[in-house]
Amino acid sequence: MAPIAQQLTQPAVRLTGLTRSFGPRTVLDGVDLDIPPGQFVALLGHSGSGKSTLLRAIAGLDHDTAGSGELSTPERVSVVFQDSRLLPWRRVLDNVLLGVGKRDADGRDAAERGRAALAEVGLAGRETAWPGQLSGGEQQRAALARSLVREPELLLADEPFGALDALTRIRMHTLLRELWQRHHPSVLLVTHDVDEAAALADRVLVLEHGRIAVDLTIDLPHPRSYRDPQLGEYRERLLAALGVRPDGEPTAAVPAGATGHRGED
Amino acid sequence: MADHVSTVLVTAPERPVATSPVPVPRVTTTGRPRVRRLAPGRRRPYARLLGPLLLLAVWAGASAAGLLDPRILPAPWTVLHTGWHLWTAGTLRTDLGTSLWRATQGFAIGLVAGVLLALAAGLSRIGEALIDGTVQVNRAVPTLGLIPLFILWLGIGETFKVVIIAIVVYIPVYLNLHAALAGIDSRYVELAEVLRLSRWQFVRQVVIPGALPGFFVGLRLAVTGSWLSLVVLEQINATNGLGYMMFQAQNYGQTDVIVLGLLIYGVFGFASDSAVRLLERRVLAWRRSLSS
Repeated sequence: MAPIAQQLTQPAVRLTGLTRSFGPRTVLDGVDLDIPPGQFVALLGHSGSGKSTLLRAIAGLDHDTAGSGELSTPERVSVVFQDSRLLPWRRVLDNVLLGVGKRDADGRDAAERGRAALAEVGLAGRETAWPGQLSGGEQQRAALARSLVREPELLLADEPFGALDALTRIRMHTLLRELWQRHHPSVLLVTHDVDEAAALADRVLVLEHGRIAVDLTIDLPHPRSYRDPQLGEYRERLLAALGVRPDGEPTAAVPAGATGHRGED
Repeated sequence: MADHVSTVLVTAPERPVATSPVPVPRVTTTGRPRVRRLAPGRRRPYARLLGPLLLLAVWAGASAAGLLDPRILPAPWTVLHTGWHLWTAGTLRTDLGTSLWRATQGFAIGLVAGVLLALAAGLSRIGEALIDGTVQVNRAVPTLGLIPLFILWLGIGETFKVVIIAIVVYIPVYLNLHAALAGIDSRYVELAEVLRLSRWQFVRQVVIPGALPGFFVGLRLAVTGSWLSLVVLEQINATNGLGYMMFQAQNYGQTDVIVLGLLIYGVFGFASDSAVRLLERRVLAWRRSLSS
C-alpha cells in the first residue's frame, strides 16, 4: 500500500457517533470511523445491515433520515451507484461532464478531461454514443469516468458491480483497482460480496446491528490470487463474521446475497 | 464451480480489457435480412400515407363507376376543380389564410401558456398550489361550452376565437408537461445532488430534457385540438374562414365545397401532426437508439 506521507495525520473521512434511524428502527447505532486519505475500504454487511445508509449519510443523501453524530468528509466526493444513472438523453461524454464547468481552476478544457477519463475506463471512441447503446458494463465504466473527471478525494461506491455478470464484474474489479492506484482517492466500497471485498480492499469493515463489528486490514499485495492461503484466511474470518461457516453452511440466518461461496474449502 | 471463477480472477489483470464485442457475421440461409419475429416488421418511409391514398382511390373509383350520387358525394376531380375555381376567384385564398392565421395564433398562445404554466407548477410548490387545481377545474369545463360567455365578453371578432383555440391547446400541453416534470425519476435527483448541480443546471439539464417525451404527447394532442376547435368556431360564429365557407355551402347545397373544406382540414391536420412527429424524432433522437 503506497502511503501518502504528507496527509496521513488528517483522516479523509471521520465519523463520530453516527446514528441514523428509520422510525423506531435504529439502523446506525453510533458508528465511529476514520478513513485515512487514499485508503481502499470495503464495507460488508447483510442486506438491511445499514451499509447503504452509512454510504448515503457520508454522501449527504439522507436529508429525510433522523439521526445524530458528527461527520466530516473531503471537499470532492464522488458516488458510483449500483445503476449507472447515465441520463439517457445526453451522449456519453456529456454525461461524464454533467455539471462540470467548461474549464477547471487550472484552465484545462473540460471536454479534454472528459475524453481522457473515458479513455482511462476503456471507452475511448464512444464519446458520442447514447447511453442506451452501451452494454451494462460499459455504462458502469462511463459512470466511473463521470466520477473520475471530478478528481474525487473520496469515492463512494454502493454495490457498483452488483448488477453486472460475473465476467464483467471481474474486469471492473481490475479497472477499479487500477484507477485507485493511479489517482489514489479514499474509497469506500459497499458490497455484500466477500470475494469482492477481499480481492480489492486494503481494509474491510463488517457492519452489524448498526455498528462496525469487524475492522480487518488486509495486508496483501495486488493483484491478489484466490489460491493465496493468506487471502483464504481473511475470507474465512470475514465469512465467519457474517455468520457463514467455512463449509458454506450458514451458522445463523444469512440472506442469499451474502453467500455464494458454497463448495469452496 | 467457484474454482473456475477464481482461476479467471487470477488471470484477468494480465488480459487486455475489451471495450466492445467483436462483430460476428451472421449467416442466414435465405439471404434475406432477418426481421425480429415478434416485431411488426420494418417501417417504410411515407407508409402512413398509404391508408389515406387508398381511401382516395376507392372514392375516385366509385365516382368513375357512377356508384356515387354527385349530390351526396361529388367525384374527387369535381372537388379539385371547385377548389381551383374558388382559388382563382380569391375567396378560398382569403378563407384559408384566415383559418390558418387563427389556428396559428391560438396554437402559439396556447402552447406558450401551457408550457409556462406547467413549468411554474412543475418546478415550484407555490406554483403547483396556485395553478394545478385551477387548470384541473378549467379542464373539467367543456371549452366549447365557454363560447357564449366569451362572445359576450370579447365580442364576435377574432379575439374570442383565438382565445378558445388557445384554451383547447394549453390544456393538453399543460397536463402532459406537468405530469412529466413532476414524474422525474428520483434517482436522477440524487445524481444531481451528488454531482452538486445548481438548481438551474438541474432544471435545464435533467428535468426539462427528461420531460420532453411527455411534452410531445401533449403537443400532438394540442395540434389536433386546435384544428378541431377551429372547425366548430368557424361554423357557428364566423364571417370568413374555411368553416364559414362550408357553412355557406350547406345553405346552397354545394356538396363539393363542403367536401373541399373537409379535405383541406384533413390535409392540414395530417401535415401538422406529421410535422410534430418529425420534430419529435429529431429532438428525441436518443430514444431511437433504444427502440432500434
